[in-house]
Order: sequence, then C-alpha cells, then structure tokens
Amino acid sequence: MISIEIRYFATLRRNGLKKEVLSFKDGISVSKVLSEILIEEKDVAILLVNGIKVSFDKELKDGDIVALFPPVGGG
Amino acid sequence: MNGYNGKMLRVDLKAKTIKTEALNEDLAKKYIGGRGLGTKIMMDEVDPQVDALSPENKLLIVTGPMTGNPVATGGRYMVVTKSPLSGTIASSNSGGKWGAELKFAGYDVIIFEDKSDEPVYLSIEDDKVELLSAEDLWGTTVSVTTKKLQEKHVKGSKVLTIGPAGENLSKIAAILNDEDRAAGRSGVGAVMGSKNLKAIVVKGSGKPKVFDDEKLKETNKAQLSKIKENGVTGQGLPTYGTAVLVNILNELGTLPTNNFQLSQFGKAEDISGEALAEKYLIKNTACYRCPIACGRYVKMEAGEGGGPEYETLWAFGADCGINDLRSVIEANYWCNEMGLDTISTGSTIAAAIELKQKGYIKEDELDGLKLEFGNSTDIMEWTKRMGYRQGLGNKMAEGSYRLTEGYGVPELSMTVKKLEIPAYDPRGIQGQGLQYATTNRGGCHVRGYLISPEILGLPEQLDRFATEGKETWVKIFQDLTAVIDSMGVCLFTSFALGAADYADMCNAIIGSDHTADSILEAGDRIWNLEKMFNLKAGIDSSQDTLPHRLLDDPIAEGPSKGWVTKLDEMLPKYYKVRGWSPEGIPTEEKLKSLGL
Repeated sequence: MISIEIRYFATLRRNGLKKEVLSFKDGISVSKVLSEILIEEKDVAILLVNGIKVSFDKELKDGDIVALFPPVGGG
Repeated sequence: MNGYNGKMLRVDLKAKTIKTEALNEDLAKKYIGGRGLGTKIMMDEVDPQVDALSPENKLLIVTGPMTGNPVATGGRYMVVTKSPLSGTIASSNSGGKWGAELKFAGYDVIIFEDKSDEPVYLSIEDDKVELLSAEDLWGTTVSVTTKKLQEKHVKGSKVLTIGPAGENLSKIAAILNDEDRAAGRSGVGAVMGSKNLKAIVVKGSGKPKVFDDEKLKETNKAQLSKIKENGVTGQGLPTYGTAVLVNILNELGTLPTNNFQLSQFGKAEDISGEALAEKYLIKNTACYRCPIACGRYVKMEAGEGGGPEYETLWAFGADCGINDLRSVIEANYWCNEMGLDTISTGSTIAAAIELKQKGYIKEDELDGLKLEFGNSTDIMEWTKRMGYRQGLGNKMAEGSYRLTEGYGVPELSMTVKKLEIPAYDPRGIQGQGLQYATTNRGGCHVRGYLISPEILGLPEQLDRFATEGKETWVKIFQDLTAVIDSMGVCLFTSFALGAADYADMCNAIIGSDHTADSILEAGDRIWNLEKMFNLKAGIDSSQDTLPHRLLDDPIAEGPSKGWVTKLDEMLPKYYKVRGWSPEGIPTEEKLKSLGL
C-alpha cells in the first residue's frame, strides 16, 4: 500500500475538506484515485502531482502529493 | 460613425480652454481605439523624450468602439500617456462604469494638455463641459473625492480621480474610477497630479450608434454562450475571482515570496481565494455589461468595499511574507484611498524589506515602524506614508527601482523597465518570462497572459519549462491583447473568445470587415507603434531583460527547483518572429508592411 496526500482546491473542496492522506494499492493511477474519491475527471481542469502537471493515467508512488483544481483563471 | 461617437475633447489646462474636435475616422479604424488610438495620438502630438511630469506631456483618456456599447464587458477605457516610472509609453486600463458613461456623454477621447496653475477638475454633462476648482478636493482620498463630487453633481454621475499619491507625484500612483477600479500601472496618476487635475466627473444621456443591430444580437448570443460555458469565465472567475490563483501558483512553486527570494509560500492558503471567499466575501461585483463578475466585495474595517485581486494578495501577502489576510485587505483599501498601484506598492514594500534585511536601510529610517518579512503590523502605515511621501515612504513612493538604486543595489528591484513584475515567477514559466522582458510598458502580466496556455491549459496546454515555440505564442498573445485593450472590452473574455470573435464584434458594432488575421495584424501594428515610441524615448531593446535574480539564481526548492528564465534562448527568436533586427528594432520593411 502507498500513502497519497490529496489536496482539494476551490469548488472541489467538499464540506470544507482541504486535504487528506489516503492509502491505495501500489501503482494506482490518478484516474482510479479519482473514481475512489468520487470526483469526475471532467471536473478537474488542473491536475498536479508534486507540483508538476500530469495526465490522469499517471501512476502514483508512495508519498506523492496530488493537487486537484477545477477550471479557474485570473490575472 | 458607428461604435464611436466621432468626438474628442481637447482640454488646455493652462489656458482653460475646452474644444470639441472630430475624431479622425480613418485613424480610429486603423488603430481601433483605446490603447492603439491613444498611442497614435501620443506619437503624433508628444515628443517621446519629454519629461513625463512636465506640462509638455499629455494625458489621454481613450475609450474603444465597444465601450458603452451592448457587448459583453464593453465598458473599459485606457489612460495613455508617457510613464514617469518607466519612461515608456504608458497605457493603463480600467473597468467599472466610468468609461461607458463618457461614451454616453458623447465623447471617445479626452486629451489633457499643459498644466493648470491651481487644482481643477473637469465636469462633463453631455455638451456642458467645464473646468472647475478642485481646491477643496486637493488632499482628499479617493472615496471622499468621489462622494463629494457625486453629491455636488447630477444624480448618476461617475467619478474618476487621483488620490494623494497622484497629487504628490508618486511614480506608482494610479487613477481610480468608481472608487475601487484602477488604471493602476505605470504611474499614470502622477501625470494627472502633475497637471493639477484632480478628477473627471461625467454624466451622459446619449448612446453611441451600432452598425448592425441584428448581427450584433447574433454575435452577442453566441459569445455570451461561450463565456457562460467556459470553465474559467462561467465558473472559476465568478466563484472565486482572480484570487483563486494563489494556491495554484504556490503548488507549482511559482508564487514569488519574500521579494522573489523564494518561489513557494508555506502559508499561501491563509491568503488564498478560498480563504477570502470563506471569511470576507460579501458578494461578487461586475463592471459595465460584464457577465463574469469577478470583482470581490468584502468586509473590512471601514465597513465594506472592493476586495483584493490575486495580484494584490500576492504583493502584500506572499511577496512580503505576510499571511494575515485582514491586513492585506486593509492595505488594498488604503492603496485605493491613496490612489496607488497595488502591485507596485506591495512589491516596493517587499524590496524595502529586503533592503532592511540586508542592512541597507537602517533602523533609524523607520520611525519605529516594522519592516520585516512576515510582519503585517505596519504595512497599512507604509502604504499611507508612500501616498503622503512621509519619512522613508518618500523614497518608496518612487517605486522599487529608484528606491533600491538609491541604496546602490538596483538588482534587488524586481522590475522590468522599472515597472514591478507581478505575481508569477517566470523562472518556472518560461514564456511568461519572455513576455515580461519584452512588454512595451515593462514588467506586466496582462500584455500577453502566457499563464493561460502555460498554467491554465487554455486554449491548449504548453510545457511551462519548455522554451521552444514560446516566441510565437508570446507574439500572438501580445498582438491579440493589444486589440482587446483597444476595443474597450475586458481581457478576461479571451479565456473564452478568440481573434475571430473579436473580429465579429468589431464588424457588428463598427461595420468593419475584420477577420481573425486582420485583428492580429492590427495588434501587431499597435505593438510596433508602442515599440517605436519607446525607441524614440530612448528605451532601447537592452531593456528587454529581467532582473539578475530571475536570470542567474535558480529557484532553490519546490516543484520548479533548479530553473532560471532562459531568456537568451528565446529573445533572438522573438525578435525574428516579430520581423525585427537582431538588435530588437523594427525593420523599415516591417513598419512599411504595417502601414507605419
């Protein structure tokens, strides 16, 4: 099992939850993590693992930090 | 004329004469309006080498053909002049409702010339235009001036004004309208102050004409739908405003912290858009005809009012190492009251803190105030002192470049062409670095917002660390932005709309025959004209660079660790794609092809 920190931002914060550390089986993809935490890929506009943009099929390793953002912008 | 009113006001502040002149239709169409038309008038009428705070400089208020017309976000205007901060052409954009009101009064442009011997303000009520004494307004803050003028003038009057910072010729002074909307950058407020012009109050009862009402209805329907369906303009900006970027940039390791000494702020969450929404937000606010409504109306000590944008949260927050959101909101309020640019003010305080940290500023210069990273105790007081030019605030009012230069270390100023760089560390966002370095007014993010493709993935995702091809992206974004700024609509529409949409908007309102290509060509023309102004002003391409820290000191930790801006890889390609010489000068051939 691996520990993954998931950080939620903006409208992806449910009940005010900002982050949590969850355990998953080795080699799990971001896509599968999302389905386990009941977030749809279409609602995630910016996906970061350890601060780097990745695709949903990225396989995670122990200690990774996943940051999830909905569509946002500014200037 | 359609879209435009066809009239300009020319106000000689010395002679106290006010003339109405016809707008040159050919020039208006060639340079569109706002930023483009204003720059053309400056080129024709002002020696670029003039002292920006002398009577010989002119102050232009220029609307666009969309301003005051029924299109999404069609309420913006530009202040165009020579900048006292950078010495470059300055064009500073603002929303709110004032710009549309000027169009309703029947004017496209106001040109202020020379300097009044005593404080005055301009009153416009349709055809009744007069200069009135501002003796009783001089020295008052933005909200006080606004309220006094609204009480004195006809109901519904809109007020544009400077605060004490502009009167005191702070080189980072802004011009405010509708109390909390700012033409913020480049020190345009100081030019207004140098002319002893305190305010412009306007009320209009007319409306500009539209070329094709039916076509406009179709265009509006399609474009409003795109704006509503787009995740950023339909959901992200209305819900959290620009402030939502704090956490994103921090997660990427590109949120400049402690005057760019760091690129991640451990307490970013405390000053984030999410925290602002949770603790202080009362409601959204919208500028004229804006379906996005990104403005924040928040609780504060003075009651309630306009809240901080992303840039302000960064400048007074992370860049000063401060996580006290309440103090940042108050500092934002005092910037608006003083009439100061929040980016340059926060960034200059950050530079002052580093000067103190490194022993250049001594304790006896502080009058007992705190000047430390992470200490919010006195940031409001420093802001006021910059507006009033008191104590060390007198030096800080000159902006961070002149402040740090005065202590012999200008490299501690995080500026391009003396204009403070905003809230994105370009070491981890290469295209944004090229854009900062090459922008005609200096360190500015909204002249070509490469954050959109490099961070937000719009219109497509680019690798933020790659340099290849960025020169073309920067050029296209700069050119399109120049047109948007000239039309009188908001740059934020470009998250959802493209060049073809802006062509449709122009064609329906003005009756032009623009295509996506001709829109971009118009932007190229405006960009080159600005560059020519700068070159004539003595601002050559050696100033197309970044502070030493961003070019030579790699980011020390976090997701962008090890990166610097690879400007030397990108700049020659950028000049080439612009059709300029290797020295960064537009060629005769290029200028000729653009009709310049």
